[in-house]
Amino acid sequence: MIADTDIPRIPRGVRLSQDPVRNRWVLLAPERILELDEIAQAVLILCDGARDVRGISAELAKTYRAETSEIMADVKEMLGDLAAKHFIVL
Amino acid sequence: MKFPAPIGLLAELTHRCPLQCPYCSNPLALDRKSGELDTETWKRVFSEAAALGILQVHLSGGEPTARADLAEIIAHCRQENLYTNLITSGVLLNEKGLRELYDAGLDHVQLSFQDVEAANADRIGGYKGGHEKKLALAAQVVAIRLPLTVNAVIHRQNIGSTEAFVEMAVKLGAKRIEIAHTQYYGWALANRNALMPTHQQALDSVQLLQTLRQRYGGIIVIDAVVPDYYARFPKACVGGWGRRVINVSPGGKVLPCHAAETIPRLIFDNVKDKSLEDIWLHSQAFNAYRGTAWMREPCQSCERKEIDWGGCRCQAMALTGVAENADPACSLSAFNSQMRAIAGESAMTADPDFRYRRFDG
Repeated sequence: MIADTDIPRIPRGVRLSQDPVRNRWVLLAPERILELDEIAQAVLILCDGARDVRGISAELAKTYRAETSEIMADVKEMLGDLAAKHFIVL
Repeated sequence: MKFPAPIGLLAELTHRCPLQCPYCSNPLALDRKSGELDTETWKRVFSEAAALGILQVHLSGGEPTARADLAEIIAHCRQENLYTNLITSGVLLNEKGLRELYDAGLDHVQLSFQDVEAANADRIGGYKGGHEKKLALAAQVVAIRLPLTVNAVIHRQNIGSTEAFVEMAVKLGAKRIEIAHTQYYGWALANRNALMPTHQQALDSVQLLQTLRQRYGGIIVIDAVVPDYYARFPKACVGGWGRRVINVSPGGKVLPCHAAETIPRLIFDNVKDKSLEDIWLHSQAFNAYRGTAWMREPCQSCERKEIDWGGCRCQAMALTGVAENADPACSLSAFNSQMRAIAGESAMTADPDFRYRRFDG
């Protein structure tokens, strides 16, 4: 379970990358390529190793004009999924 | 473009390798050092690859660390925003060398092991002291926090170690392991009688993988290449011919897969003469089996034709004599029973001596 104060980051060996030929963002990992939608990309750009889950959610809440608590539930679910697959570490 | 851009590039930087694994996927006719592409040409190839849409490059061989310019090549790939995967035997790389590759921007290390204990591992690899060196390198890779994949090529002479391979990988701190059953091309085809497992061993191995995946879920990712001589459907070889990947040989030949040169009527272009994009779009070899129009029956009317893309052309060539035939690994192929018979006979052969992979092999 992910806590509000967890600080997610992208580890060495995983790269958030633009894929200009296909006009999308991807996460590149060992023998894996994960295509990102706009929301996932927005979350991962904020995973800078400094912001915690609350900080990331607050930032997104501003951008998308929503409640932080509402956004945070979605962010936690997404990060939990990515952490289970070793795409991010906490 | 009327077909998708490629996603991966397998760069066989050299065919030089201190190991002599009898299952090596390289062709029997190996490229010599004198014929290898120079640094500048490889850099151009990687720049063209990035522009073409390739996201990941697999730096392979032979043994890629046999090239003195590897760090320079990795740095260039990093600059082109390419994800770099080093596919290595590990025996030529010391801590300082690894640090140089790390500093150049290397993303991932895939390290091969021949078995879990030194005597058999070194016998299979034909390189004394190799296993110990691999263990040392694995520890160094994990210590500098590069992600490590353990690659274990499985065959009759180490199939009993499947579970121990996973245990070893976990102990080493790898986050991923490839349990790759031997695919019979190149040297492996030449050594088939020494390597083929029995049908029962293959079935047990697939079953065991399920158990291991449950046991090690969340600890290590277990990817498998299944033993296709006993499969029901063929593998979608290279994700479909000319759909996802490009292979460049040490001398610059551009191949749809590493074994493609075994198909006689194909014409291969060279990066020394043409751009990668030109080759991807127009090369006779890439267009020969792209899509589904080339297919014969049973592939042409098969509902799986865009799932496994007819399987492997090189295997069809090797075992049926016609590359356009369905991969005989498919249960719908007229040659499937013949393939299974070959597997059964190979598996029952008393272990012959290996024909080790050598330049004068």
